[in-house]
Amino acid sequence: MIRFTNIYKRFGRLQALDNINLSFPASKSVALIGPNGSGKTTLIKSLLGMVVPDKGDITFKDSSILGSCDYRANIGYMPQISSYPENMTISQVMEMMKDIRQYNKLDEDLVKAFKLPQLAGKPMRTLSGGTRQKVSACLAFLFNPEVLVLDEPTAGLDPVASGILQDKILQETKNGKLVLITSHILSELDDLVDEVAYLQDGKVQFHKQVAALQAETGEQKLVRAMARVMENGGL
Amino acid sequence: MKKIIKYVVLDILRNRILVSYTVLLLVVSMLLLCLTDNGTKALLSLLNIVLIVLPLVSIIFSTIYYYNASAFIELLVCQPLRRTKILLSVYVGLALSLLIAFCVGVGVPLLIFDGSITAVLLIVVGMALTVIFSALAILGSVIMRDKARGIGVAILSWFYFSLLYDGLVLFLLFQFSDYPLEKPAVVMGALNPIDLGRIIVLLRLDSAAMMGYTGAVFASFFGSVGGMLTAFVLLLIWMGWPLCWALRRFNRKDL
Amino acid sequence: MERAISIILLWLLPLHAWARVWTVKASVKTTLQQAATGDTVIVPAGVYYEKGLVIDKAVYLKGVGKPVLDGESKYEVVLILASHVTLEGFVIRHSGFSDWKDLAGIKLGNVRHVTIKNNILEETFFGIYCQQSDSCVIAGNILRSNASQRVQSGNGIHCWHCDNMQLTGNTVTQHRDGIYFEFVTNSLIKGNRSFRNVRYGLHFMFSHNDHYEDNIFEHNEAGVSVMFSHGVDMKRNRFAGNQGGGAYGILLKEITDSRMEQSHFEDNTVGIYMEGTTRVQVTANVFKTNGWAMKVQASCSENRITHNNFFGNTFDVATNGSLVLNNFDNNYWDKYEGYDLNRDGKGDVPYHPVSLYAMVADKNPAVMMLYHSFMVSLLDRTEKVMPGITPVNLVDRAPFMKPLAL
Repeated sequence: MIRFTNIYKRFGRLQALDNINLSFPASKSVALIGPNGSGKTTLIKSLLGMVVPDKGDITFKDSSILGSCDYRANIGYMPQISSYPENMTISQVMEMMKDIRQYNKLDEDLVKAFKLPQLAGKPMRTLSGGTRQKVSACLAFLFNPEVLVLDEPTAGLDPVASGILQDKILQETKNGKLVLITSHILSELDDLVDEVAYLQDGKVQFHKQVAALQAETGEQKLVRAMARVMENGGL
Repeated sequence: MKKIIKYVVLDILRNRILVSYTVLLLVVSMLLLCLTDNGTKALLSLLNIVLIVLPLVSIIFSTIYYYNASAFIELLVCQPLRRTKILLSVYVGLALSLLIAFCVGVGVPLLIFDGSITAVLLIVVGMALTVIFSALAILGSVIMRDKARGIGVAILSWFYFSLLYDGLVLFLLFQFSDYPLEKPAVVMGALNPIDLGRIIVLLRLDSAAMMGYTGAVFASFFGSVGGMLTAFVLLLIWMGWPLCWALRRFNRKDL
Repeated sequence: MERAISIILLWLLPLHAWARVWTVKASVKTTLQQAATGDTVIVPAGVYYEKGLVIDKAVYLKGVGKPVLDGESKYEVVLILASHVTLEGFVIRHSGFSDWKDLAGIKLGNVRHVTIKNNILEETFFGIYCQQSDSCVIAGNILRSNASQRVQSGNGIHCWHCDNMQLTGNTVTQHRDGIYFEFVTNSLIKGNRSFRNVRYGLHFMFSHNDHYEDNIFEHNEAGVSVMFSHGVDMKRNRFAGNQGGGAYGILLKEITDSRMEQSHFEDNTVGIYMEGTTRVQVTANVFKTNGWAMKVQASCSENRITHNNFFGNTFDVATNGSLVLNNFDNNYWDKYEGYDLNRDGKGDVPYHPVSLYAMVADKNPAVMMLYHSFMVSLLDRTEKVMPGITPVNLVDRAPFMKPLAL
């Protein structure tokens, strides 16, 4: 569904992406992991068109996304740190996004689960970080996109909300969607993801099925499996 | 695109700074127009506001707004929207809000209490300067990643256009006073939107004096219908180029 | 006295028992030959090609229904060589144009007590041309030529070596000078309107002791210019819309012992330009939205400028030197920013009507493009606080706080 081909991106002296080749099929849930500054966010941003790669091509359903914008109708994005127009209330933000997207088969499961209508009249500037994350999550899922890109989705969420979100992710994967997640907290990803892509210094170290990884390392938990990989000095 | 403009305008119109700016303009222009018994004098004072305060507020406010809205812009960029449209909408929304502030604060009182052609001209020039300086602000903000630097650039460019440039021109006019300078003066006037706006109003407000010595080239150029049109076309160019440049930059920018 | 008697005589003329009334059938010239001194000749409506009509006896020539005397662009239309002639109610058109002869619509040569009234002059070279005449009345005529479309042009009402003339209620346009006097004395010029002439609206020299009242001089290419005269008395005139590099509301050159009162100067590049004038009183005038309300050259002395209103002029006063021998006290200046603590209606701090920028612009006209800019306002303010270039003694010591009722 999504394919990165020979992607390079340099920020000044830093080579953020160095010859990235990845492809993700539909109805999978993929974890993008790697240390800070490894290029995860840059990769996601280049998929979303926020960062323009220096070289290479990204395709979505076999057509290049560079210079186009319509494909984003099929992507739901939940950013790491989200901020919205400060003076608008939650409901105004939701209405605005609906207004811009012009899409009517809305998926409002999360909206209900997070009990957002009760907070609808609150201006964005008064919200806590967690509530903002909830709004972001709702917006990401709201338009039934085929691809979900979640950047540190559970970072600011309380355990209950976190659980709700994880359930939702699983359900959507079953519904045939591609979910891309970046996270530091590997323990959360255990039951969630089917594949793992590990990035370091802008390079893809490996991209494997979780099952294969477990078999290779003999560990059930992702955390341990990853630790083992690193001990062995990569692959 | 209309929707984004609508949201930006609604967002800005609730901004306290903009509201107080509007009220301030309104109070000042009412005071000037009602308390001075002499129309020309009030117009002159308003001209000074239009030439100095308006560009400053436009450029600073727009710059700050752009940086504060950067997250919002990022949010929009991930939506199925063209980048050009996004920046254009933000810009139009900004300019529109500032125009509303100017029209309410200066335009309406001027039309009600003065209503002369000079007043209309002053309003048009003020509107043009508002639009131009928010375009310059957008350009600066798109180029500069850092907010503090962006505001610095905004203040510097205001300082340049409203004071430094004129100082420079004055210096040149004196250095080369032995040469016929009217034509270069016309060109120099065109290279600064504030000067351009000032000259447009000046030629009406002080038409008699402008028809004097400098009259030959100056008034015949800017005073004629063709010259007026040229001046307004130049103002349009001043609105256009910073915006075009900003759009090109923004299309290739990494957010 | 002489004038009074002549006017009475003129009135009585038609009543004389021996005076006959003639009506022109075909040719004015033929009828005139038959008429005798004191007769009335009535000219009915029609177009008459007289190839130069000469009036050499004192008759009352009266047009009824605006008869047209046409000069076919070749001849001088009417030449009056006798005193006590009255010419009334004609349309006089198409005089000849010449390089070497001053052809006119109506020419008065060495006559007295001639009255020219209520005529319309169209496309004449000179309009009404008086030489060495006196005590003539020129009233209610309309002179309209087309000087701006021609290479040559003559003056509207042109007087040379005349005395005791009366010019009232005439309208002159599209000539070279609207009204031109040379050596004309003791005359009254009242209620005339002179506009859109290609040179001056009014132009005189060596013309002493004349009175100019209630005239309007507007939109003339170079305004009004008067020179080398004394005893000029100007009241309630209006000088407006004279714009251009060399255009003046009025240019006073070498004028002495004269008065300029209650006049309006509006939208002129320069309201009053004074050069070499002495003892001229400029009182109770209104200067409004001129480029320079007044330019007073250093060669002027003992002039008194007082009780005038200055509104919305770009520059109030300009001068070309540091020597100031004129008095500018007690005027109202809208640019004055002083205060009046003792409430006597006059400002407590003096006003310096010459701005730095007026002097700068005088030397380097191109800098006018920066006028009203922030930069220039700063410079002007600085100069007001610490005068360095502007003449310190060109000052109104007690300016009025409020405009005078004028």
